[in-house]
Amino acid sequence: MTLDERLENVAVIGAAGKMGSGIAVMIAQEMAKLKLQPENSDKIYRLYLIDINEKALDGLRSYMKAQLTKVAEKSTVLLRSLYTAREDLVENRQVIDAFVDDSGSVLNFSPDMSVARNAHMVFEAILEDEKIKIKLYKKLKKICPDHTYFLTNTSSIPISFLDEHAGLDGRIIGYHFYNPPVVQRLVEVISPKAMNDELKQLGSQLGERLRKKLVPSNDISGFIGNGHFMRDGLYALSELERLQRTYRQVGALYVMNTVSQNFLLRPMGIFQLIDYVGIDIFQCILKVMRTHLGDARLRSKTIDRMVKLGVLGGQYSDGSQKNGFLQYEKSRPVGIFNIRKKEYFTINDRWKKKMDGIIGPLPDGLVSWKGLLMDPGRKDRLHTHFTALKAIDSLGAQLAVSFLQKTKAIGEELVKSGVARSADDVNAVLTNGFYWLYGPINEYV
Amino acid sequence: MPFFRKKVYACGGYYTISLGTGRKEFHPKKPRPGIEHYIKEAIQGSIDQVQSPEHIDEGVIGNFIASRFCHQGNLGGFFPMAHKTFQYKPCMRVEGACDSGGLALVASVKTILADIAECVLCVGVEVQNSVKAIYGADYLAAAGWYAGERKNGHAYFFPDKFSQRAGACFEKFGFDPFRSGMAQWYTNAIENARKNPKAQEYHNRNTSLYETGLSAPNPKAFCEHINVFDCSKVSDGGAALIFASEEGLKNIGVDKKDAVEVVSYAQVQDNITTAPPDLTKLTTCQIAAQRAYERAGITPQDLSVLDVHDCFTVAGLLAIEAAGLVEYGEVAAFVKEGNTKRDGTIPTNTSGGLIGYGHPTGATGVRQAVDVVHQLSNKAADYQVAIHTDRPYGMISSMGGDDKTVVAMIFRKSD
Ligand SMILES: NC(=O)c1ccc[n+]([C@@H]2O[C@H](COP(=O)([O-])OP(=O)(O)OC[C@H]3O[C@@H](n4cnc5c(N)ncnc54)[C@H](O)[C@@H]3O)[C@@H](O)[C@H]2O)c1
Repeated sequence: MTLDERLENVAVIGAAGKMGSGIAVMIAQEMAKLKLQPENSDKIYRLYLIDINEKALDGLRSYMKAQLTKVAEKSTVLLRSLYTAREDLVENRQVIDAFVDDSGSVLNFSPDMSVARNAHMVFEAILEDEKIKIKLYKKLKKICPDHTYFLTNTSSIPISFLDEHAGLDGRIIGYHFYNPPVVQRLVEVISPKAMNDELKQLGSQLGERLRKKLVPSNDISGFIGNGHFMRDGLYALSELERLQRTYRQVGALYVMNTVSQNFLLRPMGIFQLIDYVGIDIFQCILKVMRTHLGDARLRSKTIDRMVKLGVLGGQYSDGSQKNGFLQYEKSRPVGIFNIRKKEYFTINDRWKKKMDGIIGPLPDGLVSWKGLLMDPGRKDRLHTHFTALKAIDSLGAQLAVSFLQKTKAIGEELVKSGVARSADDVNAVLTNGFYWLYGPINEYV
Repeated sequence: MPFFRKKVYACGGYYTISLGTGRKEFHPKKPRPGIEHYIKEAIQGSIDQVQSPEHIDEGVIGNFIASRFCHQGNLGGFFPMAHKTFQYKPCMRVEGACDSGGLALVASVKTILADIAECVLCVGVEVQNSVKAIYGADYLAAAGWYAGERKNGHAYFFPDKFSQRAGACFEKFGFDPFRSGMAQWYTNAIENARKNPKAQEYHNRNTSLYETGLSAPNPKAFCEHINVFDCSKVSDGGAALIFASEEGLKNIGVDKKDAVEVVSYAQVQDNITTAPPDLTKLTTCQIAAQRAYERAGITPQDLSVLDVHDCFTVAGLLAIEAAGLVEYGEVAAFVKEGNTKRDGTIPTNTSGGLIGYGHPTGATGVRQAVDVVHQLSNKAADYQVAIHTDRPYGMISSMGGDDKTVVAMIFRKSD
């Protein structure tokens, strides 16, 4: 079966979630473009959007309409040519509305999984719980035909494990989009041992169709992305525990967050990133990895405590940031959680000045992540920055250099232990999926 | 015998900021002033410059398509709202697409020449940020022939029309020379806008304008031969100018030295259902300019300042040629050499033009006239250029549709 044929009938499970809804928007628009080709006029296209949360399914309806409208507004030049034969569609508004109708008409919303029974392709993006995922795949195996392929968005569960426990005979592939999937170009592709060539090919064709950058990862829990991020986060957490003896917990957290953002030139500080992903999600992924890798070090007391206290981070449905390690106003950090007191300490100018003094100055020729993002001479400027950093004798510079070394070691270990096939693949995931300016395996340390 | 049977003057020019992307005040998601605000501010700004507003006899307002952008028609009705002098006086709205403002100028002057009124307040207005550009393109496409052209036209209907003109010019005159003329036009427009606090590009801090002007087009998302920097932006704004006879000036209490004489105009119409005869020329603009010069008894060399309708950089270049300042095919080099810069041989679009100031369509013709009047009466503040005593004239050329509806108007500095 070709990709075009498979795109005639697709199901997304967990469609009302963060990842599922984004995947649904991408697939709906590709389906609609196929549907509009004259040679496909007699075919029926169906996209089944399945989620057990019925209330969220209602929200998904208006979300899909708004997103498909945006897609149409951005591709009106193309759409006008697809609709040339429709004499009644003259203005952009009419063409856009027609596309929203046409793509909307392929959508089917359901809380009931059985509608996936004719799907040629199933995207799964339900919560990260291997028992529930296996139960779901067992059910799917029963209702779907033998040719159906399953694309799981799991962040950490080995694909072979799902394959074997659900008895899918290699009909499953790890297709790990990043959040938000419509915007993020990276997809980590994970093939289980038993996977067939047709599915592998389908994966790469689909990536091309969706204009994604595919990076292969081996089937080892956490894969490249979380394999790196979890250990990077654990390192920051261990540094936090060490530094809090001197600077108290609130101060130590500020130090590590600031150093990782401003000295390492990352888009956000490490604790802000953990909040963005969700502290509970961070814990959940650690647990999956700990179990599958048998590595007891993949655990953090601080994380466990935060989850127990119900301070979880993550996002509100409008995309704004919930409080976690940091407190946010309009998604900007304004406070830091004091774990012992169970309350937020508000960052004030005097305190900030004092802490910045303890951290020490940034190297001269101040550069920022944002400033370098579009800079064509970025490689040289990074080199200058890190060379200068190594020459500075300050707390911030020392912490930054150790962090850089640790991050590099984590990357190299991913290659050595066979998670990643090459240093380039590790770097591709961190630069594309996490928007780093440089890969962890670099010449700066 | 002069074209006008009596003297007509222009004074009390005013315009609002051009609001849209680029202005610091502009936030696409926050509420913005409506069309009534711009009409009121423009009228008030103008009336504040006269002593006896009760002697203004009539109001004319140019507007293209508020009926779609703002769901508002019957714009004459906003004159009495803006100022009580207009209560129960004649007020009307005129329309000629992007030349609606130009037609408002002509309608005002005609009324005075016809001895119907001694003093007319002329306004132009448009508010276009009410919808996304992709839908605004639909509304603006009404400047072309809907039944005959829209269905097969581009998503961005007018940008594509001028993209085709740019393509034809590249082919005829060579890509590099013509493209560099367009990039220079963009550069001049932004540099001039930086001298005009009301311009949409006033806050533009780009240090490599010329390179930006050369950016490659993206035909998949926009047009084949032009990029977004070749286009005037989506703008909200209003402008006003008072026209008066000698007696009218006395009535409202404006000194002749604060006014500028209107010496001629030409309004020329081409058939909206036919294609332009030559994509590398603005034929209708050329006829309008020639007629205006003849009627004023002057030549292009008598101008000290010029304001042309650069809805696109290519339109700006072709308008210079149509105004008779250079021979056919030479305009790109003429502009590249700096002749149209503020210190060049013929300072053009000194307040930024449509690309730099902005293009609130229905206001544009009036805004152009206000700027030329400001230049000739030494009121152009930071963007003032030299007006030579032996060349006391300034001209505007304003265009609606793809070279369909054109007004050229010539002004003379008072002695
Ligand atoms: N959020 C991220 O940053 C991210 C990034 C990459 C991968 N992932 C992975 O994607 C998957 C989904 O994550 P998410 O962040 O979108 O979660 P989410 O909580 O936003 O969405 C999960 C959705 O699945 C639904 N659901 C749960 N059980 C179901 C069942 N049995 N049948 C049908 N629907 C069910 C829920 O109602 C919810 O709408 C997880 O495996 C996660 O690890 C998440």
